[in-house]
Amino acid sequence: MDNHKSQKSFVADGNHCSCDCSSLHTILAKYDNDSSRLMDILIAVQEKAGCIQEKAVKEIAKALNLSKVDVEQTLSFYHFFSDGAKADYAVYLNDSVVAEMMGREDIAKTFEEEVGVTFGKISEDGKIGLFNTSCIGMNDQEPAAIINQRVFTKLTPEKVRKIVIEMKNGKSIDDIVGSNVENNIKKQGPILTKDIEVGEGLKKAVEMKPETLIEEVRQSNLRGRGGAGFPTAMKWKFCREAAGDKHFVMCNADEGEPGTFKDRVILTERPEMVFEGMAIAGYAIGAEEGILYLRYEYKYMQSFLENVLQEMRSKKLLGENIFGKFNFDIRIQFGGGAYVCGEESALIESAEGKRGEPRDRPPFPVVKGYMQQPTSVNNVETLSAVVKIINKGAKWYRSLGTIDSTGTKLMSISGDCEKPGVYEMEWGFTVNDILQMVGAKDVQAVQIGGPSGNCVNPAQFNRKVAYEDLSTGGAIIIIGKERDLLKDVVLNFTNFFIEESCGSCVPCRAMTVQYRNRLEKILRGNGVAKDIEAMLEWEKVMKTNRCGLGHSAANPILTTIQNFRELYDAKLQKDTDYVSEFNLEAAVQESCKAAGRQPNLGGE
Amino acid sequence: MSMVIITINGKEFSAKTGEMVVDVARKNGIYIPTLCNMEGVIPQGSCRICTCLIDGRTMAACTTPVSHRMNVETNNAELEKIRTTIVELLFAEGNHYCPTCERSGNCDLQALAYRFNVLVSQFKQIFPTRNVDAKNPKILIDHNRCIQCKRCIRRMGGSGKPAWFSFKDRGHKVKVNIDHELTADFTDEMAQKAMDTCPVGAILKKEKGFDVPIGRRKYDTEPIGTEIEKEGAKL
Ligand SMILES: Cc1cc2nc3c(=O)[nH]c(=O)nc-3n(C[C@H](O)[C@H](O)[C@H](O)COP(=O)(O)O)c2cc1C
Ligand code: SF4
Repeated sequence: MDNHKSQKSFVADGNHCSCDCSSLHTILAKYDNDSSRLMDILIAVQEKAGCIQEKAVKEIAKALNLSKVDVEQTLSFYHFFSDGAKADYAVYLNDSVVAEMMGREDIAKTFEEEVGVTFGKISEDGKIGLFNTSCIGMNDQEPAAIINQRVFTKLTPEKVRKIVIEMKNGKSIDDIVGSNVENNIKKQGPILTKDIEVGEGLKKAVEMKPETLIEEVRQSNLRGRGGAGFPTAMKWKFCREAAGDKHFVMCNADEGEPGTFKDRVILTERPEMVFEGMAIAGYAIGAEEGILYLRYEYKYMQSFLENVLQEMRSKKLLGENIFGKFNFDIRIQFGGGAYVCGEESALIESAEGKRGEPRDRPPFPVVKGYMQQPTSVNNVETLSAVVKIINKGAKWYRSLGTIDSTGTKLMSISGDCEKPGVYEMEWGFTVNDILQMVGAKDVQAVQIGGPSGNCVNPAQFNRKVAYEDLSTGGAIIIIGKERDLLKDVVLNFTNFFIEESCGSCVPCRAMTVQYRNRLEKILRGNGVAKDIEAMLEWEKVMKTNRCGLGHSAANPILTTIQNFRELYDAKLQKDTDYVSEFNLEAAVQESCKAAGRQPNLGGE
Repeated sequence: MSMVIITINGKEFSAKTGEMVVDVARKNGIYIPTLCNMEGVIPQGSCRICTCLIDGRTMAACTTPVSHRMNVETNNAELEKIRTTIVELLFAEGNHYCPTCERSGNCDLQALAYRFNVLVSQFKQIFPTRNVDAKNPKILIDHNRCIQCKRCIRRMGGSGKPAWFSFKDRGHKVKVNIDHELTADFTDEMAQKAMDTCPVGAILKKEKGFDVPIGRRKYDTEPIGTEIEKEGAKL
């Protein structure tokens, strides 16, 4: 199951891409032959030609003064780029846990039947390619697929049949019915409520001195909403105080943690607020440039967001001389499909046109970030909250939530429940509160914070969701009693981390694979108690990894060993500490076949 | 350049700000096992074998700069176990045939395995299908033995771009990718440098090998790290 996601070289004979030289040169010129814009260049070529062939790679390398392998290292890192054959329509079907729960298998089967190829391949006529992809941020409307940057949600076999017919007929993707993303805001709180004019927060902000502004944010006790929970004011202060030619604000909209989709909803419902928050951050740290790093899965939002930016520029909320105080503008940087790019230093590397490999720290991004300059990376929701804090005051914000977790949190809730969607909640609610609210019955487990978080059991449902107890970036996946937790959830999550590791650190790259092997051994009924002990012991090695991905990649297994030990124990062989998985009959089968003999294992 | 005082294994040493813990330890005769690290090459903590307890936290010694009053513990039973596990992971991940390898006895991975008494890996062998790239006139890249330490990427072709070597793909599929055009006119010296840069037997100079018989090579006679520790004993 691990070879299906890698994009490249999905060899389909004869379908070679074509990016003619003149369009390639237009693309290169648009980005000034600047190697730091390699991501944009690759995205443009991929979209124009359907793939990025060797010829184009060489041309790009020449123009950017890079080597061919330089271009290839970026190209091969991201799974929406293809260096092989192209398909007119590239279907990327989500294979995350919740997609599976919502009937992905049938959808995949229907696609395969209708298109006539299996996943990982392209139809012979080069028209349609079928690929798997990690969570696309649509957990509340699965099964869902991305086809040529458009998102098709709540797929049914009938819908799939229609879509395939229209693709076969060569219909333009925008004319194919069924592309639709719902926002599903089920509970609106103070952040999502539209009760202030666009620009009000920014206006108030620039009336303060940057230091006073940072102090106000500090008073609010706002902590980063991207998962790590770092105090926002402290990050801004460090960044402001760091020496550099320029400072940068980056808004992290990579939203790759399976089960998270609240940033997508904020960006569709309140994009002005996010951009305004970026401008406020810019004023606070002394930056004139902001970058919204948006995951490629959300490419469909591009023109919408560009229009919002344009409108804000025309209202003089972005651009030069904002309220007579400062200059600030924003560009959108798309990713290319890589979860690890949500990690802030990987995000910076990616925005510089490179592989999304996290950097060694120190130095931290606030000191040396984008282009080696002081950079503040903040989550979409964090920046939105800032706008409200500046408007209504730190005191107001502190009155919401708990002492350690002030304000509200947008929760992305999905899985086995009646009302999946986005809920804005005051911090401090319990898991039980959530289950009641979303109509979840017969719950076996709740995954808090996505695969990198914690899988809790019913005895823990009275625990509080807050930084001081169950901390989360906002993903809640509800797993019903009927699910096979280890196989359907834990194995899927483990595969996710194997796919998404950047590959730098040995323990992250290699241990994740060994975790899967051991888990599969247990699932086959060949596990022994020692296997569990070993997996627990390996955690120490995982903690040596460079970044958060490696630190938490074993969490699906570790937290379920902790909270669902009985599921493992039920599968173990008792009274033995060694089970040979060697099967002589299977091992000699091939050679017996070649020799035209029956295996004779009795030795007679 | 200002100086700081740091404590390594209970003893105080002075060091220059900006120096990495692993280098300060080496200079003072304390060996911290490394694989991806190479003196004079920009460090990039990826093998994680140099993990030490620094101010109570596990950190990679090759990428952690010293700071005043820092406290470093370079070895204990737990750290040794972590390092041993990483070596085992590497053996299971690639296809390593020590007895026939030209680098046997000169290989850092093999030497670490000996130092940590690894007789057999606790992990299931992956047996990945990897190829041998012999296109370059002077060197041979055997991906079976590559441990993805990035030393060749960081050291060959000078710093920065255009790169001669780079990574391709990601995760467990990551591999070294050599630019055949840029390296087409490799000299013997460059080939030797590339081979010496590789800590294992993944980059080999063509048409030459087994100069020193196996049994009389660097780590055949004494364990890896001994040189540094001998210096330490003199101090
Ligand atoms: C593997 C990994 C993935 C991450 N993905 C995201 C993400 O999608 N969005 C996000 O805001 N933060 C993500 N983070 C956290 C960021 O590194 C960083 O802490 C955050 O963007 C800072 O913004 P905040 O302080 O506003 O939360 C991720 C971290 C790791 C280790
Ligand atoms: S922990 Fe994993 S994802 Fe993070 S830098 Fe290391 S290999 Fe890459």
